[in-house]
Amino acid sequence: MYAKDGEKYFVVDGHVHYWDGTPENQANRYGTGFLNCFYDYHRNLSPEEARWSLEHFQRQTEDDVLHDLFEVGYVDKAIFQPTYLTDFFVHGFNTTEQDGALAEKHPDKFIVNGSWDPRDGEAGLAELARLADRWGLQGVKLYTAEWKGDSKGWKLTDPWSYRYLDKCGELGIRNIHVHKGPTIYPLNLDAFDVADVDEVATAFPELNFIVEHVGLPRLEDFCWIATQEPNVYGGLAVAMPFIHSRPRYFAQIIGELLYWLDENRITFASDYAIWTPKWLIEKFVDFQIPADLQGEYGTLTPEVKRKILGLNMARLYDIKVPEEVRETERVIAS
Amino acid sequence: MTTTAVVLASAVWRALGTVVDPELDEPITELGFVAGCEVVGSEVRVELRLPTYFCAPNFAYLMVADAHDVVAAIAGAKRVSVRLLDHFAAEEINAGVAAGDGFDAAFPGLAGGELDELRRTFLHKAHLAGQERLASRLLASGRSTHEELVLLRLGDLDASSELDELRRRRAQLGLPADDEAPLLVDEDGAPIAAEALPVRLRFARTTRVSIEVNAGWCRGLLATRYGGGQSADSLRPVETRH
Repeated sequence: MYAKDGEKYFVVDGHVHYWDGTPENQANRYGTGFLNCFYDYHRNLSPEEARWSLEHFQRQTEDDVLHDLFEVGYVDKAIFQPTYLTDFFVHGFNTTEQDGALAEKHPDKFIVNGSWDPRDGEAGLAELARLADRWGLQGVKLYTAEWKGDSKGWKLTDPWSYRYLDKCGELGIRNIHVHKGPTIYPLNLDAFDVADVDEVATAFPELNFIVEHVGLPRLEDFCWIATQEPNVYGGLAVAMPFIHSRPRYFAQIIGELLYWLDENRITFASDYAIWTPKWLIEKFVDFQIPADLQGEYGTLTPEVKRKILGLNMARLYDIKVPEEVRETERVIAS
Repeated sequence: MTTTAVVLASAVWRALGTVVDPELDEPITELGFVAGCEVVGSEVRVELRLPTYFCAPNFAYLMVADAHDVVAAIAGAKRVSVRLLDHFAAEEINAGVAAGDGFDAAFPGLAGGELDELRRTFLHKAHLAGQERLASRLLASGRSTHEELVLLRLGDLDASSELDELRRRRAQLGLPADDEAPLLVDEDGAPIAAEALPVRLRFARTTRVSIEVNAGWCRGLLATRYGGGQSADSLRPVETRH
């Protein structure tokens, strides 16, 4: 819980990791390149006081995670989003099991999401059922740019992907987090194209599709889809840290999202450990759209910030929100 | 440095300035993507660098291939090599561009064709954003209403670098770019109806914001990766020996 100027904010961090990016776990130059690329993201957008050494960035201890998220980071509930990358990392970068082991020690603090890959066929469907049963999955994180041998990616509209989405419905997995990356098949098309989200969001109206980093670098295509599909959400991972070094860009991103989506479908995420939630939350609560952009975008009220920081994700995951925060919401709504 | 080499060196830099990052719609020279450029006699060696190891290989290929083509087209440039550095697919891209047999051949089994369609998609985005820049300025200045905007012709506008840009995009897309051409057209060059304009401009604005944010992110990452002190300008002296 974060409190400032008489306002209280219940915080759900919708996208966190507990990864192993150490050199011993890097399987090849791709794993090294991947971790270093993340480290550049971290160094580029973090304030100086929140910047880590490469060694610390490669691997956090359990205590680090608890400290950064809950002791100093104001987070009430964090959602683990696994990123397997088994072609790049010997034991996987950040698997459901790695996350789950930590979450099991602190069940009141974490939600564990799983993952699937349509290229795993029938065996993968059985594995998904096992994961769902073992970890009580409510959500999955999908990484369409994941390499698998000769294949360098997949699309949500692939025939096997439909089988997996059907299976999610059956297993009670409602929240489908989608991450786009730059190396998708076929390479001659736009790797970040989010059109496949549009198609499956229509085909599976009972599922929620949370597009991570709000479709960036295809913000416009994401907004266009989200305005037409009520079950499409925007996750602010990666967009959020612009708030420090590029606040005008952040204002424009959030302004565009509020224009096309409305305030009920935008969700906060730190993308920990790429960034830490403490400064993101402090700066977001203090943030206002610059005066010269308010004509176009309006202003951010504490109520909008409360929804983005926690209430929207709490709704998607049935997270119990303390009475005092809900109370504020009702008062303002009336 | 011989006079010929100096002339060639500055011609190379000018040529590289016509190569744009298709996603960011800015010249690679301005973006700091030219890591090195060396002229030895009539031999030209160019090195390119990108903000991350995993930048999309299709766009990377387009920039390396375009850079190679514009430099090879300079009279006096005899042996040309353009190499991408520090990228997961550098080997395939460099070999593909050097061999000149296309993207499909550089990534056998991973590409379903050449990159012309991709390039066109991003030219359209740049064109849309460019129209929005001009239209928003006219609306903000109070000189035009939506109804008047749809009637404006390119020849009605004051000269500006944005207008020049727009004409260049039109020419690349094969759309009318003369003084009689409407300021606001759709992807096929047809004029926009007044009632369709507000939502179209609104979407165009989002497209512009997306391109600008993306360019800002890439510049920041490039500076983080290679150090922020080195500007494109500091690379400009090209010739080192002969």
